[in-house]
Amino acid sequence: MGIRTLVGMLVVSLALIAVLATQATYSLFLPGLLQGAALTIEIAVLGSLLAVVMGVLAALARMYGPAPLRWLATVYVEIFRGTSALVQLFWLFFVLPQFGVTLDAFPVAVLALGLNVGAYGSECVRGAIQSVARGQWEAGTALNMSRAQMLRRIILPQAFIAMIPPWGNLFIELLKSTALVSLITLSDLAFKAQQMNQNTFKTIPIFTLVLLMYLAMSLTVSIGMRLLERRASLGLARGKAA
Amino acid sequence: MIWDWSFALEILPVLARAAVISIEATLLGFAIAASLGLILAVIRIAVPWTGWTISVLVELIRSTPLLIQIFFVYFVFPKFGLVLDAFTAGVLAIGIHYAAYCSEVYRAGFDNIHRGQWEASIALNLSSWTTFRDIIIPQAIPPIVPALGNYLVALFKETPLLSAIAVLELMQTAKIIGSETFRYTEPITLVGLFFLAMSLVSAALIRALERLLNRRNAR
Repeated sequence: MGIRTLVGMLVVSLALIAVLATQATYSLFLPGLLQGAALTIEIAVLGSLLAVVMGVLAALARMYGPAPLRWLATVYVEIFRGTSALVQLFWLFFVLPQFGVTLDAFPVAVLALGLNVGAYGSECVRGAIQSVARGQWEAGTALNMSRAQMLRRIILPQAFIAMIPPWGNLFIELLKSTALVSLITLSDLAFKAQQMNQNTFKTIPIFTLVLLMYLAMSLTVSIGMRLLERRASLGLARGKAA
Repeated sequence: MIWDWSFALEILPVLARAAVISIEATLLGFAIAASLGLILAVIRIAVPWTGWTISVLVELIRSTPLLIQIFFVYFVFPKFGLVLDAFTAGVLAIGIHYAAYCSEVYRAGFDNIHRGQWEASIALNLSSWTTFRDIIIPQAIPPIVPALGNYLVALFKETPLLSAIAVLELMQTAKIIGSETFRYTEPITLVGLFFLAMSLVSAALIRALERLLNRRNAR
């Protein structure tokens, strides 16, 4: 879907929220939902940061690490890809305290979502690094660079561009999974919606607003990643032309 | 005592019964997703002006959380006179959600069919229904079976969300056991291990299927 359509959909969804906000039944719920959305965004941003760190570390460990580190990274990726995000969230929230580690709901949320998406992310980092042409490594060898130097200065900057679209999808997945944290008592957007629904039974306005708000957030991420991709590949196109 | 084997063995049969519900929800949900997805993809090709509408619809479904969609079907549909029990509502929501993903997979499959195949069927004066049934679908589906399989696994991993509307699937059962006995370690870990085992097995099956399909195509 083109970036113009995405911007169009974002404008329409924001306009719809604005128009609905002028209606008495809807305006009642907007402040509370916006409060929930703030927490949703906070968890999504922190979770995304953790996911990127874990994704890059796990990919590098699996590709270039010594054997024990490689196994550890593989176990991490398989466990977090093989089980549900909700199960991971509950495990960290209910079971970890049995091992003497008690965390608040907020760090648990960030940790579970970040680790979950990071496991998927490591696969896309790995794919992007492998997609860089072999000749680039050979050129680095010819220049007598160390492997770390080649990775840092030649391979990763090129792999970065290939990584942007899949990471964009993962960030949206993460944003959507934040709804799960409502089930471990965090008062995010999904939690607020359910709470208001139970208190007022004004189901239609509440869930309409919530869907529009999630839509607006996802579209913002999509558009941001498209712009980033465009910017990042500009340099590449120039390099080819020169 | 962190892990109690006798307790784990005691709750295993209860969890096994709940696993049946999870698997039922997966199969029913995927049946909806696979057929609705195919219908969407076919409509998109067969009816000219629907392309844009369907892609906006797909984008809408993919951009909002499944949990909210489950709540939406469970709480909002009754306001329009469509009262569903929790299991049906949950399966329907998951099915519709994954139909959006599946329709994109089908679309990729259809896009890979050479234009000449359409032209040949026009030359043979086949109706568009016959073209789809006898020419396009038999060629488009086999290569995308692994991609559909991946969505089946992804869908299976989403079934714990049904616990949010109190469907007695695995996660909900584990939570109930936990709250009754104050022991969460065994039930939740067992649920996790069950999902892990199922995912690893199904990933291996999909790889085998992929190899099989590749070999058949090569011949």
